[in-house]
Order: sequence, then C-alpha cells, then structure tokens
Amino acid sequence: MHKPAYKIIEHNYDVVVVGAGGAGLRAAFGMAEKGLKTACLSKVFPTRSHTVAAQGGVSAALGNMGEDDWRYHMYDTVKGSDWLGDQDAIEYMCKEAIPAIIELEGYGVPFSRTPEGKIYQRAFGGMTTHFGKGQAKRTCAAADATGHAILHTLYQQALKHQTEFFIEYIVLDLIMEQGECRGVLAWCLEDGSLHLFTAQMTVMATGGYGRGYFSCTSAHTVTGDGNAMVLRAGLPLQDMEFVQFHPTGIYGEGCLISEGVRGEGGFLTNAEGERFMARYAPSAGDLASRDVVSRAITLEINEGRGVGADKDHVFLHLEHLDRALLNERLPGITETARVFAGVDVTQEPIPVIPTVHYSMGGIPTNRFAEVVTAVEGNPDVVVPGLMAIGEAACVSVHGANRLGSNSLLDLIVFGRAAANRCAEIVVPGQKLKPLQQAACEAALARFDRIRYSKGDLLPSEIRLAMQKEMQKSAAVFRTADLLHQGVVNMEAIARSFARVRVTDASLIWNTDLVETLELDNLLAQMRVTMHAAHNRTESRGSHAREDFPERDDVNWLKHTVIWLQNETVRIGYRPVHLYTLSDDVDVIPPARRVY
Amino acid sequence: MVEFTLPKNSKVKAGNSLLASPDVKRVKEIHIYRFEPEDAQNPRLDRYQIDLDQCGSKVLDAIIKIKDELDPTVTFRRSCREGVCGSCAMNINGKNTLACLVAIADYPAVISIYPLPHLKVIKDLVVDMTSFYQQYASIEPWLQQNNSEAVRGTEDSVASGAREQLQSIDERKQLDGVYECVLCACCSASCPSYWWNGDRYLGPAVLLQAYRWLVESRDDQKDQRLDALNDAFKVYRCHTIMNCTDTCPKGLNPAKAIAEIKKMLVQR
Repeated sequence: MHKPAYKIIEHNYDVVVVGAGGAGLRAAFGMAEKGLKTACLSKVFPTRSHTVAAQGGVSAALGNMGEDDWRYHMYDTVKGSDWLGDQDAIEYMCKEAIPAIIELEGYGVPFSRTPEGKIYQRAFGGMTTHFGKGQAKRTCAAADATGHAILHTLYQQALKHQTEFFIEYIVLDLIMEQGECRGVLAWCLEDGSLHLFTAQMTVMATGGYGRGYFSCTSAHTVTGDGNAMVLRAGLPLQDMEFVQFHPTGIYGEGCLISEGVRGEGGFLTNAEGERFMARYAPSAGDLASRDVVSRAITLEINEGRGVGADKDHVFLHLEHLDRALLNERLPGITETARVFAGVDVTQEPIPVIPTVHYSMGGIPTNRFAEVVTAVEGNPDVVVPGLMAIGEAACVSVHGANRLGSNSLLDLIVFGRAAANRCAEIVVPGQKLKPLQQAACEAALARFDRIRYSKGDLLPSEIRLAMQKEMQKSAAVFRTADLLHQGVVNMEAIARSFARVRVTDASLIWNTDLVETLELDNLLAQMRVTMHAAHNRTESRGSHAREDFPERDDVNWLKHTVIWLQNETVRIGYRPVHLYTLSDDVDVIPPARRVY
Repeated sequence: MVEFTLPKNSKVKAGNSLLASPDVKRVKEIHIYRFEPEDAQNPRLDRYQIDLDQCGSKVLDAIIKIKDELDPTVTFRRSCREGVCGSCAMNINGKNTLACLVAIADYPAVISIYPLPHLKVIKDLVVDMTSFYQQYASIEPWLQQNNSEAVRGTEDSVASGAREQLQSIDERKQLDGVYECVLCACCSASCPSYWWNGDRYLGPAVLLQAYRWLVESRDDQKDQRLDALNDAFKVYRCHTIMNCTDTCPKGLNPAKAIAEIKKMLVQR
C-alpha cells in the first residue's frame, strides 16, 4: 500500500467543537465565554446548519399562556419517550428549560409575543398539563421560524464572544489514542489542505442522519458524520432503531410542515373527509405524539383511505384558520406550501405524508454531555476527551420518541451543559501531551483510499439503493421478514461501496469526494440502524413491530448499544435510568401510553 | 492607455456537452458555468440535457440530477432545499436567487446558471463570501444593552430567576420582514453599487441586518450604531437602484430598510 503524502497543518486548542448548529454554537461560545481556547469546525457556514429549518418552537414550562409546571413537562417527555428516556436527564432538561429560554431571550431571539409582551407559547403534540389532563401551551415560538431565529441569534452571540470558526472544513475522523480522544483530522474545502486539531476535549455536535432515508425533512447535509466517526473509533451508538417519522412532510417533496400548524388549530383528514385522529387518540386527537399520528396516517393509507390518485397520503387543513393568524403565526409554512405543494392554504389542504425527521439515537452520553460506553458490565464508562450534544447525542432525553419542540430545547440545554462541564474539567492553556507519529494514519488512509476510488458505481447509485432500502425495510411499521431482508440487503449495499468511483480528482471544493465520504458515513449508520431494529422484538415509540405489537418492559426496558467492529455488528445494552436527579419530583413509573 | 478588455483568463469559453439520448421526450437544456481552480484553464460553459420526466420540480433538483447522474464534478453549495439555509444562491438566467425555490417550469427555454456575480469564484458555482461575512460581523449584529441596569442573559441573571424582557406585539412587529434574512447574499451581489464599492459600502443584506438592530426595542445602542454607519460609504453608496428588493428570494425589502436608515441618520 502506498503511503499517502499529505502535508498536515497542526492546531492546538483547549476544546474543539465539531458542528455549528444550535448545540455546537451554544457550546462553542459558552466555552469561549469561559476563557477556553475553542475552535468550532463546520462543514457549512453556521447559519446554514439544519437547526435553521426548525419551525414550531422550543418547549419550556414558562406558563405564559396558562398554568404550567416543569414537572408536567417532564411527565410528558417521559411518556412521549415511551419510558425509554433517562429520567434524571429528562428532569435536568425540563428544569433547565426555563432559565435556558430566558437566556435565549436575553441574547435577542425575536420570539413572538403575548398581549402582555411575554414570550408567545403554542400548543404542541404530547404537551399537557396536570400529567395528561389538559393541553399545555408550552412551545415558545418566533412565528414559524423559531429555528432560524435561534440559530442566527446563537451565531450572533458567537461573533460577540469572538469564537474561532473553521468554516467549510470537513472533519474526517476522530484521533484516538489508548481509548482517549485527542482531536480530529479535517479537510479544508477552500484550499484543499488537511488540518489536525488537537484538544483536551472534542465535542461532537454533528446532527442526525435523516439522509439515510429516501424521503426526509432533513437537509442534504444531514448525514450523521459524527456518529460514523464514533463507530470507526470503536465506540458504540445507542438506540439507533428509533427513527422519528414526522407526520406532516409535504407529499412528494419531503419539506417539513410544522406540528405548530396543528398546535394553532390545523387538522388531518382522510379520503372520506374524516378527522381520523379522533379514533386513534380520543383525548389528544391531532395533537397526539408524533409516532402515534404517523402510525395513524400509515394505517389510514394502508386501509385504503388515503387521498390522491394513488390514495397514498392524507390532507392537512388550515383553510378554516383566520388569515391574520396565518400571516402572523404561520407565514413560513404558508409560503412553503405554496412553493413546494402548489397549495394556497387559505383555500385548500396540504397533501402530507409521514417523513423521516429525527434520530432519537446517537452517541451515548451522560447528562454532562460526556460520551459513555459500556465495558464489561459497567454501562457508564466515560470516554476521556470526548463529548456529544444535540441530535448526534443520545443522553437519552427522547427515548423511543421525541416530542415536538423538545429538540431545540435539547440543543440549548446540553450545549450549555457541555460548556459548563468543560469549564470544570478542561484546564485553560494546558500543554497537550505529544501525539504518536502514526496517530493520523488510519484516518489518512481512509481519506486517500476513498479519494482515489476507481470502481464502477457512482456514489449516487449506492446512495439511492441505501435510501430505498431504508424506506422499504425500516419504515413506520416493521416486521421480522422485512427487517431480516433489510439486514441482508443493507450489508450487500454497504459492501458495494468497495466498487464506488470518485470522479473529481481535485482537493479544492471536491464535493464529489465530500458526498462519497458522507455516503460511507451513512452506510455505517444504516447498517447499525437496520440491525438494531431487527434485534428489538417489541414495539416502543417510533419502533413499531407488526409482529410484536406490544411494548415489552420485562425484556426491553433497556437501551441498545451497538458497535461496528472488524466489519461485524455487536449489540449490548445499557439500563434505562428509572430514577430522578432530585427529590423535587417522583419517578414516573412505566404505564400504558394512551393519548 | 486604459485597457478596457477583461484579462485573458476571465473569458468564458465553450465547454463540454452531455446531451440526452434522442428517445427522451421532455428534454431540458441547462448551461452551467464551470471553473476549476486547480488547473490553468479558463472558465467554460458546459451544456447538459436532462429528462424532465425523471427530475424534481426545482432548478436545484436539476443541478443535483446533473451531479448525480451526468457529471459528479459539478460543484455548488446546497443544504436545506427549502429556502431557509441560504446556501444555493446563484445566478439563474440573469437573476440572483435560491435554486431550491425556483421551478424549472418557470424557465421556458434553456436555463443558464452562473455563480453570484462580482464575488470571487472559488470553483464552479461556489463563490468566496468571506468579505460579506466580515461586513456582517462589522455591524456587531447582537443585542446590546450597555445602558440597562440589568444585563440579561448572563448566568447571574438567569440563576436569580429573572424573567424575559417584555416587548409589545407592535414592537415585535418592527422585526417582521427583517429578521427572516437568510444571508444568501443574492441582494448584495445584485447591487451595482456593491459591485463597485463592495469593500466600503456594506451592501443591502448587511444593512438590512443593521436595520434589524436599529428597530429592536430591547437594544439601547441605537445612537452608537448610527454613528458607526455614518460615513460616505457604508450606507450612502446606496443609490436606490432597488435590484436588492427585486431579487430577494425571500420577498424581503432591503431597499426600504436602507431608506429608513438614511432617514434615521438625517432626523436624529
């Protein structure tokens, strides 16, 4: 094998943050604010990260629009997670939500306002008061562009704190030594140079992996690169079988239509014009949890009550809503529906279909954002030098199903938690021990091998095969037969990557190579997702097995952890934390989940 | 003598053609500007023909199809594909826009795609936006409350159980049509005055954001912000050409914001 001759530019930092979405930015400027020398690397300019596309809002029990309590929020989140969420972490998140939102407002986020001038809050799926009895208005909104408002504000704060950015840098791999993360190797698109960033702490804020599926609300860049790097580092991912389908992606296009639409009074109908959610969720109706609504829509379609020529989608209605309300609260989706569905929402319904939206699983962490792994009976072994936050992480606060508006919250709360933890354990300016000569060799070899791939398959061909397979075999409803075939097919598709061809030979802005590296990352994640889904023989949250329709707390009240080593998959488990952080709230024992 | 011809290596030459097979029924021809920084060649215009029956509805879908199936070396930025991230700004048939928001059907003939004008081309449709981002940072686009008794959003204020600052619905309305900017730079790159004085004139996108903080009721540094804008170039190179408002893919009105800034400068 020839040894690649690349010149590598070295940088030393206290902390390196990979990713500049909501979580990465909040962590990065939080660390800079605390006097840590921090680099933030991103494959896109920060305001282009996919946090920008979040619409409906961010949850916190402020009680601006009626009675609320963070304990209700915690109950809803635990129930929403189908009891797979860790209750200590959920308590932390729901309690911290209130100061975190006040902090965001103080940063200048342009939240919509109530007549009293407080932050406007809207109803969202699964968000209740008095432990399921009433409908809460808990989701703090900036019209229907809350993610945009928050992401831009966080970038502005990063500018204020003079955070050091390395933008349009493609991070290739973690640099690990004796089980410790020492930094990352990255490729600068602008001039094609390679860079080694060493740091006391590396924080993965690399987002989810929606682009593994054919139809998703995710941006083209949502390829879970950090998850794949963690797998290559010999560490496990957690709960990868739990992939959220958002009930209302635009039919055929996949663009998101916010749950906030239903929060503001929108509703779903089938081909008979029936508001079918009343049958599936008698009390919450259209505002049931996302997994429940996605299953209901799928069942309606499967039973022949879908709309359209192929009877393969349903309608989301806003025509009855007041135009002033649409203009003030839902201007973005009004525009999105016009551009992508050709629909005037004041006149006709939007055609929608459940669409892949969010990865509940990811890199296992504790509530301090430190990455953990399970080693010989100890499920909470901290991996030195490595953190994960945001959608890339699995704390787990979302368990088997995330509630709408809890993800923006997750970003802010755990981005901040990572910064706080680093302030405690990272020593500003401490000299790093030298890396071994060969530290970057494996990462370089992978980069070089893929760069000079000369096979007979285009990356787009392999990608399409992977996406179609995921869509077919690991969708809203799953069965052993489908998943078994899915595992076999996905392994074959992953092997076909050996036949990939990279056409562009350059190093400057070689997006052919970027997409091929991303494809490699996605393939690893889709393999473990398919295996984990096949392995879990129960139905819980987003993971609905037709052959095992019930939740099975006796055997399956546990997190899946899954490794990909030497081309084989290994599965283990971590216990769910059925305990709280404090005495402020009681443990919420597993119960039947009815909306 | 002044030389009025462009440098030799800036001339765009005819490029490669990848044409559809004759049995394709609905053919669409798309021309894309190509520039490869790692060789010494001039830029060129490549011709592609795609099958519209096998393509999504937006121009971005067509470009992605070309990259996926015909020519993987075509280089462009893209991410959200729904008009909120601002990545895929480019010049399509003479107008700057986001490729993800415009329909192929809106262009009856050949579609010609160039990078945003008057920004340095790095490769194909990817332009250097460094100066644009630096100008954005130069207006200090964050909430400033130097005169307020309690500075919000600090760890201390949050720990003490502080609540949000109140802002009336009308005060918040001032930000509508302003905060939604996606920093795609379509407007600035359409402005002849910015082409000419882009080093010292801030351009419409950055001025729209300057305005966003001038009308923010929670910000108390309006005077200082206006002082910082008040020279011969930063604002006053706007000659109300209005290309910015005409081209904005989000339907915003930077020209009006600039006019409002000028009024504030005169009236204070």
